[in-house]
Amino acid sequence: MKDLVEFIARSLVDDPDAVDVTEIEGERSIILELRVAPDDMGKVIGKQGKIAKAIRTITKATAAKEGKRVVVEILK
Amino acid sequence: MEVQTIEKRGKSVDEAIKAALDELNCEIDDVVIEVIEEPTKGLLGLVKKPAVIKVSRREKPEEDVRRMLEDLLNKMKLEYRINNVEWDEGKVRINITGKDMGLLIGRKGETLNAVQFILGLIVNRNREEKVRVVLDVEDYRKKREESLEALALRLSDKVKKTRRNVVMRPMSSQERRVVHTILQGDPQITTYSLGDEPNRKVVISLKK
Repeated sequence: MKDLVEFIARSLVDDPDAVDVTEIEGERSIILELRVAPDDMGKVIGKQGKIAKAIRTITKATAAKEGKRVVVEILK
Repeated sequence: MEVQTIEKRGKSVDEAIKAALDELNCEIDDVVIEVIEEPTKGLLGLVKKPAVIKVSRREKPEEDVRRMLEDLLNKMKLEYRINNVEWDEGKVRINITGKDMGLLIGRKGETLNAVQFILGLIVNRNREEKVRVVLDVEDYRKKREESLEALALRLSDKVKKTRRNVVMRPMSSQERRVVHTILQGDPQITTYSLGDEPNRKVVISLKK
C-alpha cells in the first residue's frame, strides 16, 4: 500500500527524493501519511483537491482487496 | 524513460544509419540520430576513419503509456491483462480485462476514472505534445458512451418537439464531451454547459 502511494506521488512531483510515506497499520485500517516538498504540494493535491481525491480513490480500491480501510493524509 | 541507444560505424554516415535502423528494426522517423564522427578519406579514396553515429530509438507514446499503466496496476496488485492499445492522433485508448475488473471500475466507474486521471498526469508530465489517455475495461466505457449517445439523441428529439430546453444530470467533462460531439451535427440543436464542476450540466437547446 505504501509502495503504491509512494509510486504515484514520485511520478507526479518535481522532487521525487523528498517524497516520504509513513504507513501506520492497524487491525482493520491503514493510515498513510504522505509528505512532499513544499513546492510540490499542489502536484499531489490539485485543483479543488482533485488529485488528492484520485489518489485516495485508488488506494481505497487497493485496500478493499485486503478487506481494509485506508486513510491517506497529506501532511505539511 | 527507457530509451534504446546503439552506436554504429560505417563507411559513410548514411551507411551507418542504415545499419542502425536494421538493427533496431525501425524507421528513420522513430529515431534520433547523432553524428559523433564524420568519416575521413585517405589516399585513393580509401576510408581512413569510419563514420561513427549514435542512434536512439524514440519511445512511442502508446508504449510509454502502457508501461506506466502496468507499473500502476501492478502496484495496485490487480490481476489484469492488457487487451489492446490503440493510438489515434494524440489519443491512447487501452482496453483491459481480467479477474479484478469490478475493483478497477469501482462505484459508477469512480476508480477507473481516478486511474485514468492519474495516468494522464504522469504520462504528460514531461511531454510537450499532450496525450489523451482513455482507459476502458471490457468495453465498459464504450457501452456507457453508446447509451449516453442514445440518451442525448432521445433528449434532442424531445427538445425539437416541445421547443423547450432540457438540462441533463451533472456529468464529467468526458461525458459532456460525448453529448456535445454527438449533437454537433444536428442543425436544429445547440448544446452548452452550465454550472461549476462537479455539478456542471449540459443543456440541450434549439438553435435560434
